[in-house]
Amino acid sequence: MKDDPTLPRQPRLRAWFPGGSLLWPLAGLGALLLFNLVFATGFFRLELRDGHVYGTLVDILNQGSKAMLLSIGMTLVIASGGVDLSVGSLMAISGAVAATAVAKGTVPFGAAVGAALAAGGFAGLCNGFLVAVVRIQPIVATLILMVAGRGIAMLLTDGQIVTFEHPAFVFLGNGHLAGLPFTLFLVLLSLGATALVMRRTAAGLFLESVGDNERAAALCGISGTRVKLWVYAFSGLCAALAGLVATSNVKAADSSRVGEMMELDAIFAVVVGGTSLTGGRFTLLGSLIGAILIQTLTTTLYNLGLEPAIAPVPKAIVVVGVCLLQSSRFRGELSGWLRSRRAAA
Amino acid sequence: MSPPLLEARGISKAFRGAQALSGVDLTLREGEIHALMGENGAGKSTLIKVLTGVHPPDAGTIQWEGRPIQPRTPHEAEGHGISTVYQEVNLVPNLSIADNLLLGRQPTRLGLIRGGEVRRRASASLTRLGLDLDVRAPLGSCSLAVQQMVAIARALDIQARLLILDEPTSSLDEREVATLFSLLGRLKEKGLAILFVTHFLDQVYALADRITVLRNGARVGDYPVAELPRLRLIEAMLGREFHPVSPATDAPRSDSPTPPEAFTPLLEARGLGRSGGMNPVDLSIHPGEILGLSGLLGSGRTETARMLFGVDRPDQGSLRINGAEQEIRSPREGLRLGLAYCAEDRKAEGIIPNLSVRENLILAVQAGRGPLRLMGRAEQETLADHYIRALNIRTASRETPIRNLSGGNQQKVLLARWLALQPKLILLDEPTRGIDVGAKAEIERLVASLRGAGTAVLFISSDLEEMVRNCQRVAVLKDRRKIGELAGADITPSGIMRLIAHHEG
Amino acid sequence: MASLKEGRRVKLRHSRSLPLLATTGVLAILYTSASLLYPGFFTVRVFLNLLGDNAFLGITAIGMTFVILSGGIDLSVGAVVAFTGTLIASLLTRGTPPGWAMLLALAIGSTFGGAMGFLIHRYELPPFLVTLGGMFFARGMSFVVSKESVGITHPLYQQASDFGLPVAGGASLPLTGILFLGVVALGVTVAHGTRFGRNLYALGGNEASARLMGLPVGGVKIAAYALNGFCSALAGIVATLYMGSGNPAMGFGLELDAIASVVIGGTLLTGGAGSPAGTLVGVLIFGTLQTALVFDGRLNSWWLRIAVGLLLLLFILLQRVLSRPAGARHP
Repeated sequence: MKDDPTLPRQPRLRAWFPGGSLLWPLAGLGALLLFNLVFATGFFRLELRDGHVYGTLVDILNQGSKAMLLSIGMTLVIASGGVDLSVGSLMAISGAVAATAVAKGTVPFGAAVGAALAAGGFAGLCNGFLVAVVRIQPIVATLILMVAGRGIAMLLTDGQIVTFEHPAFVFLGNGHLAGLPFTLFLVLLSLGATALVMRRTAAGLFLESVGDNERAAALCGISGTRVKLWVYAFSGLCAALAGLVATSNVKAADSSRVGEMMELDAIFAVVVGGTSLTGGRFTLLGSLIGAILIQTLTTTLYNLGLEPAIAPVPKAIVVVGVCLLQSSRFRGELSGWLRSRRAAA
Repeated sequence: MSPPLLEARGISKAFRGAQALSGVDLTLREGEIHALMGENGAGKSTLIKVLTGVHPPDAGTIQWEGRPIQPRTPHEAEGHGISTVYQEVNLVPNLSIADNLLLGRQPTRLGLIRGGEVRRRASASLTRLGLDLDVRAPLGSCSLAVQQMVAIARALDIQARLLILDEPTSSLDEREVATLFSLLGRLKEKGLAILFVTHFLDQVYALADRITVLRNGARVGDYPVAELPRLRLIEAMLGREFHPVSPATDAPRSDSPTPPEAFTPLLEARGLGRSGGMNPVDLSIHPGEILGLSGLLGSGRTETARMLFGVDRPDQGSLRINGAEQEIRSPREGLRLGLAYCAEDRKAEGIIPNLSVRENLILAVQAGRGPLRLMGRAEQETLADHYIRALNIRTASRETPIRNLSGGNQQKVLLARWLALQPKLILLDEPTRGIDVGAKAEIERLVASLRGAGTAVLFISSDLEEMVRNCQRVAVLKDRRKIGELAGADITPSGIMRLIAHHEG
Repeated sequence: MASLKEGRRVKLRHSRSLPLLATTGVLAILYTSASLLYPGFFTVRVFLNLLGDNAFLGITAIGMTFVILSGGIDLSVGAVVAFTGTLIASLLTRGTPPGWAMLLALAIGSTFGGAMGFLIHRYELPPFLVTLGGMFFARGMSFVVSKESVGITHPLYQQASDFGLPVAGGASLPLTGILFLGVVALGVTVAHGTRFGRNLYALGGNEASARLMGLPVGGVKIAAYALNGFCSALAGIVATLYMGSGNPAMGFGLELDAIASVVIGGTLLTGGAGSPAGTLVGVLIFGTLQTALVFDGRLNSWWLRIAVGLLLLLFILLQRVLSRPAGARHP
């Protein structure tokens, strides 16, 4: 028995986005779209008004952009075997930093954005320090900023809702480029840049090694500490970017509301996208699809007349269901049950 | 004669295709201390777990006083009177001694635990063992010896008739061992059967009445202690395995001359040690030399390798690489100096299970280049294909996740990972454990070829024949100390065994 | 044998109770400085109101203590409080007797918690994920029950809110405070005086050992979540008593306050060490900070979040330092 190791190259897309199979999230998304094709009128309608494309599909992508941005960083954190609960609070901090800077009027916009991103990155680095150096479990370490982050954001805005009319800042979350929402380009740019760094340098390989087997990676000379510091800082950066978009959307830094519950959407997007919560292999494309899937689900439910406040119920069922399907024990029980059903029939 | 207390016949157990036990027999009698011996992977813990209901056996029967039993949980085994104290004391350090003793069976009144009664009973059962302890103290604050005793007291508290002790002495000092042994002696007099797993020969001879030896999942034999001299015991444990395809066997060992002392050794350790890990050791390895580290389980072989590579930092002695004094504080520094370490525990410290064969193979080379300079895809594939062919790695493709490969092929990928670094010295810790005979021979051939290329090898194996076939020199360890060195024609299995058996630690 | 009784014990025993000592110390310092800073702070009435105002936080925190002791976490408590509170309020407006409404709420809360515990135990799902799902579910369901706040006009509620246990100087302990202290007493008894409580500590200390010792690990774990669900439902009842209404939006972020109180109260987030008594102190610290902010008037509520975050950090670091020597003996 001798196998020829020279097998055909992987398809290009899989080479760029290895990891869990994209089949399941795509199938879920397809099913949702099919449902809307049959039952929802005008779901796929796109119209051109004032040179901008409008329609439900565009809305989904636009509204889902924050979760998508968060899920990029969250994917890497989860791949390292951790989780970041503080992203929602970090969004609030970033929004507060940028809005107060812009509202003063003296700070150039670029510097305000830079400061917001730096604040998010630094806060993420603090998370990373607690996880990687002090070795506190990720849930606990990031809980601290989840609790205190919103307070810090309020401190920055002095508890007020800071409004602004700065055109560049407003454009960030509401503007259009080539007829499409600017946020779309922001997401694609961030995703592309991250994928490029992950797959065109050894960063992705190191991250997957550390997440899959930290001790083995250490014997190869890969420092788990360094990798973790980076991914938490990066997650903070992504949160800061998402915070800028969310703040721009409402043209105000409302520190108590910005990014509320967003950490859940981000974690869910990653899990639904097929990256395992135990760490290791990750798929950025899967998380993107996961984020779109969740937003499509939300929008579909709204279209069916469900109150926004009630939407979390089906969302929770979907997410716990997906987690159950990832559990080997549940799959075993399910297939056993199906087999016995078939035998009975 | 009354039936033995426990009689296991033909016990077999496989885990995911790997046969851990095949047709093992074990007989235990009341008032007898029975030692269960064998190297790593011999099947000792699996056998114990079968007896205590942790794993169901695939085949075989267990008779308890002549009646068949099939314990399915530790709880059920306890119901029969089989109690176990595991190596890592299986108690809860955050609770008090009294809580630990009576956990799950505290006396209650109206659902509430009667605290005074718990403490009284706990004290009483400790007093029965001749222990006088403050039962309110948290267990974690006691020494390991005391924790061990408490574990035994708990085990006996359920009217145990058979007490199984898995490596009870591995973390105790001499005085603590003496205390434990006098306790076991008293229990034996009370008619208890004790099954006792250890790798300390002296302790077996001090304590046990009978010895059962396991090797590679099979029983080698069951002997009264008095009739089994040390040397025969070591032979039984380490054994002489038959290797049909071994290329090195025919070549007489003495043909390979030890490199002249005039050469600077590639690595020279002087008094290198680590408190709590390894006593100071002197070692030197020359380029193109294969130095063996031999000794029984727990003798400090792995500890020495880990110390050299910087996994565990040594805290005394000095290390020279190519004559220059060096301090290796982490694997990264070890790698930078041209060392590579193929760890013993393939699953925990070797493979990255979900990554492909290619990724596992290039990982160390890539780590050496840093994160920014990613090896080109073509370069990675060339390297992977080269080693897949050269080491005859059987895999569906180079993109197959490594967890889907057999143990032997996983091991070859890991060897390739380190060889791709072209190290000056490679530390191989049990590179042939748990893999099939064919793969073993291939790995041995590979090690021999490394020598020709001028690479130095530190070779660790429990298989003495393998040591004899492959090594030019063998350093023998015992009780975390180097007790001697053999070279050239002196390297024979019996030579190594004699050294271990007759050295008085 | 006496030589085996070591001196180490004294030191370690000290370090074991250190978190609780530190917590009590922090409370004493906070309470003293607040009393010195703000006239009228150091009165029986303020203290009793502290207990009454933080009753529903305190009751969820006691429930959370059990889950955390078992080595898990529950993020759904705030949403469950909202759900049960809203459920009771809307049942009352439909004429259900208060006793039945409350019993139903308690049954639903316990079942919900138990179901999450079942998923966590049987399918080995991460607790934070399952309970996040539970949080979404319960929050959504409370809006299904009612879209806005439901006022309660039942005479029993009027009597209940007027009730107070006279203590001293005309000050009295409100019913919510009585319930809180009752739950603390019950919690301490269960944790320290029952087999279930001891098994819980064993499970949180070392799950593998607990299993090998023959303890019913699965049952204990599921029971811990069910007990927490029960406490959340009880907190929902207390919340309706306290506010005189059931609001589907209430208890937002309550889980964080509860976890913070538990940790500040000296319970180890990794499980196995701590006590509901410590949680009482943790809740009092939380309440003292909050009351001090009210007395001050200049400082805003966001300082509370920052202060709680800092205390959380402090106690987590303290736990990390204290748990290190214990781990060092087992390489």
